[in-house]
Amino acid sequence: MFAYILRRTLYAIPILIGVNLITFVLFFVVNTPDDMARMHLGMKRVTPEAITQWKVEHGYDKPLLINDAATGLDKLTDTVFFEKSVRLFVFDFGSSDDGRSIGEDIRQRMWPSLAIALPVFLVGLLVTITVALMIVFLHATYIDLLAVVTLVVLMSISGLFYIIGGQFLFGKVLHLVPVSGYDGGFNAIKFVILPVLIGVVSGIGSGGRWYRTIFLEEMGKDYVRTARAKGIGERIVLFRHVLKNAMIPILTGVVVVIPTLFMGSLIMESFFAVPGLGSYTIDAIHAQDFAVVRAMVFLGSMLYVLGLLLTDLSYTFVDPRVRLS
Amino acid sequence: MTRNIAPVRVTTSLPFRPKLAGILFWTLCLLVLSACTRQPWNDPYPGNDARANTLYSSFSLRPKHLDPAQAYSSNEYTIIAQIYEPPLQYHYLKRPYTLIPATTTELPEPVYYDAKGKRLKANVPDKRIAYSVYDIHIRKGIRYQPHPALAVDGEGRALYRDLDGAALDLMGIRTLYDFPETGSREVTADDYVYEIKRLASPDVLSPIGGLMGEYIVGLSDLGERLRKAKAENKGFLDLRDYPLEGVEVVDRYTFRVKVNGKYPQLRYWLAMPFFAPMPYEADRFYHQKGMAERNLTLDWYPVGTGPFMLTENDPNRRMTLVRNPNFHGETYPGSGESGDEAAGLLRDAGKSLPLLDRVVFSLEKETIPYWNKFLQGYYDASGISSDSFDQAIQFGSSGEINLTPALKAKGIKLNTAVDASIFYMGFNMMDADIGGYSEDRRRLRQAISIAMDYEEFISIFANGRGVAAQGPIPPGIFGYRAGKAGINPYVYNWSNGRPQRKSIDDARRLLREAGYEHGIDTRTGKPLVLHLDITATGPDDKARLEWFRKQLQKLEIQLVIRNTDYNRFQEKMRTGNAQIFMWGWNADYPDPENFLFLLYGPNGKVKSHGENAANYDSPEFNRLFDRVKTMANGTERQRLIDQMVDVARRDSPWIWGMHPKSFGLHHAWEHNGKPNLMANNTLKYIRIDPDERARLRAEWNRPILWPLFGLLGLLALFLLPAFLEHRRREYRNGLTAGRDG
Repeated sequence: MFAYILRRTLYAIPILIGVNLITFVLFFVVNTPDDMARMHLGMKRVTPEAITQWKVEHGYDKPLLINDAATGLDKLTDTVFFEKSVRLFVFDFGSSDDGRSIGEDIRQRMWPSLAIALPVFLVGLLVTITVALMIVFLHATYIDLLAVVTLVVLMSISGLFYIIGGQFLFGKVLHLVPVSGYDGGFNAIKFVILPVLIGVVSGIGSGGRWYRTIFLEEMGKDYVRTARAKGIGERIVLFRHVLKNAMIPILTGVVVVIPTLFMGSLIMESFFAVPGLGSYTIDAIHAQDFAVVRAMVFLGSMLYVLGLLLTDLSYTFVDPRVRLS
Repeated sequence: MTRNIAPVRVTTSLPFRPKLAGILFWTLCLLVLSACTRQPWNDPYPGNDARANTLYSSFSLRPKHLDPAQAYSSNEYTIIAQIYEPPLQYHYLKRPYTLIPATTTELPEPVYYDAKGKRLKANVPDKRIAYSVYDIHIRKGIRYQPHPALAVDGEGRALYRDLDGAALDLMGIRTLYDFPETGSREVTADDYVYEIKRLASPDVLSPIGGLMGEYIVGLSDLGERLRKAKAENKGFLDLRDYPLEGVEVVDRYTFRVKVNGKYPQLRYWLAMPFFAPMPYEADRFYHQKGMAERNLTLDWYPVGTGPFMLTENDPNRRMTLVRNPNFHGETYPGSGESGDEAAGLLRDAGKSLPLLDRVVFSLEKETIPYWNKFLQGYYDASGISSDSFDQAIQFGSSGEINLTPALKAKGIKLNTAVDASIFYMGFNMMDADIGGYSEDRRRLRQAISIAMDYEEFISIFANGRGVAAQGPIPPGIFGYRAGKAGINPYVYNWSNGRPQRKSIDDARRLLREAGYEHGIDTRTGKPLVLHLDITATGPDDKARLEWFRKQLQKLEIQLVIRNTDYNRFQEKMRTGNAQIFMWGWNADYPDPENFLFLLYGPNGKVKSHGENAANYDSPEFNRLFDRVKTMANGTERQRLIDQMVDVARRDSPWIWGMHPKSFGLHHAWEHNGKPNLMANNTLKYIRIDPDERARLRAEWNRPILWPLFGLLGLLALFLLPAFLEHRRREYRNGLTAGRDG
């Protein structure tokens, strides 16, 4: 297994370089260093000298990808791409273009993101699987039909509607929770309840349908018929046998997102004024802050690669037949 | 044969049942206990803050800079103008806007010198003046807020000197507030000089460094020297080692600023945080190793002398200002303009400022949650977004603006003010089709100006929050003329005591005279096609763009919208490839020069990267501007401004557009709110009644629980059939089960 992990880790390096290169090219197709300087220096009274100085100060005064004026290896290394990218691989994210430490910002912002994403993930998974199992338990009844229709309705509603509706109902009309905001420590609880509730409810529709399909497929298999023939109760059949055997497709969809929980949710954090990582990237794109965009894309792709690796590893735990080699 | 098979009931232990019951029990207890507390459940602030003398506000984007030499945006000034004190400030209540001392003993008066250094009288012609010298006397006894950069040991040595990352780690320093010791000292003239030098520093990149370099003698040269020094030495640049010719310390409480020629606008700049004092110790403190990696920079942790100091700086969540214990003292003004007394704005006259103990700015990115929290009393003031406009404002039968009954019932007050801003539609005067100064081009632009009905635009797209502009100068700025004398005669007639836009027939006549009858170029026979370059990305923009097209359709002119991203738009403007564009300007200071320079030829965007986006270059206008820009306000200045405005109206390089009107809502417990479009340090004048606020918050936010139980009941109703079906299956006998499949 160690060899497998090592191999996958090595595979990740060219992937991350590629992602970094694509991000770099896409960003600089849209923005030039001059544009970035103007955006950061403001709208008023920006002089060409100030723009030149800004580029020098922030290391954007060099050629982007290839330095024709340099010789040897410097042609590639004395460039904006190399200087801005190579430090990422040792997790030195540097400073944003407005001078803040990106690493420090990420460390601060990931906790509020996790405070919402983790409960949404865990409670959502529990609720969705439970709902799906219940529906499967009642398969081919009018309740099944009603439940499927309800799930389709739930998944058809925009996420924004859940958020605004939830804020309106629970925050504005019923006065049960703050409409938005965030605080540290235990004070965070009252701010987190509503986003978590909304996150869970909005995920039931799609998640419920997906798990229902998986469970129904398992329900038609021989071992289920055998278990029933032995007189085992339906709950035991579902929770002990079907659920266990459906773990591979569940893990495929679930484990991969665990590392990316750090990255937060853009809309949810924006509407609930949660200072997480979800809005960090979008804010940086709007501000044309390449340093933050690059760091967040790098981090996101790295976490995704990690998620895929964890998914593969998790298969070995739930299915002994799986061997990683 | 039928066999009777006893019903089989397979049971499983369900250990979670008692746990679930326990959770439900404790949740219920928690709900009941919470209901007993006086604090509303939806209160986003800690319970012990309910009756604190705290103002609650918000920010939607984190400020980029809190360094006074760098900050230039309104959201940055909202914070730093309460912390840093420049030498001058605007009187809070008086109109027109009046400069008064902030940290100085009096308003500085310039002394003029010719090129040989001979002192001149105040009324000499401008061209004789080679230098103006301002002696600025600061008040004694002004002290900085407590700050670790100023902490010293028993022998007067800085406590936190020669630190590095390891030392900071050892001390457990992550934020500025982790330093156990703070100190303070008296402000001296050196600190003002130090800050002016920072405007030229390559470490700072001040947005006004270039502009001030043109006026303050030697500042550009200092910038060059500092750049060279920085290239040679990557460490801390101690600006005290670099003399600046035009700025010198006269004595401990006086410094002298020498500017090229006559530049009366310098006094307005002296009312902006760019010129606030900066202790060199702070600059040195923040340049120590390991500081920037912890976001410990002057850009994030200010050190000022103002009424407030920043005690919590989490720009991702919350920023808190607290009363500065070292504030030198200032009192609420005892006079204002007529009507202020009746409006209750003089009730606090003579009281010590600030009237608040604390100001909390919370991150609020979206307008809907902000609006809801304002209505619940959790924000003390609010603007009005287009989403909530109908909930807040209703127009009377004669167009008067009123609050809706729901807001009136809450005691909310409305303040309105026409901003010292202009949003205009510009013509690129270098463009081959629409630019130029020939009579036919003037008429073409005048015709389009008539057709573009900005009264309708304001009504449809700004909810009536604006005033159609008659020229470049907004109301409230010297040079603006109200009434009949102030209308643009090329676009409006004066009718029934108000400006009346000329008819579309007048516009068609002008178009015909310009050689474009029915939108066809009579010389070539081709239809006139114009291009509007714009950055429109929002869903609401489609209607706006369609409206623009329809305005020109009235003249049978085709308008092609060239929608582009911000960067490409800026590039088009810089290279002169835009034809018609939308642009705007907010006043830096209340002087007509700050608007008229937008049309001054040498400021052309293409030629000199200036702020004259239309590249308008009228010799007559330029000549008048050169005279007007340094004149004192008076009859002669007004006469020349009238001439300039008339020249610009005739040439029509802009469709004058609109001056936006800001609407501000304030809760009944917030007092002394008066729109001041120039001053940013206004929070020190605001007073709130925290007890009244706490009472109303509690009254408005009583939790309503019964729908929650209703929802639970509904859920149970959904689950009941499932439960019954489950029971039926669990208790059915084998044969039945077999038949059911």
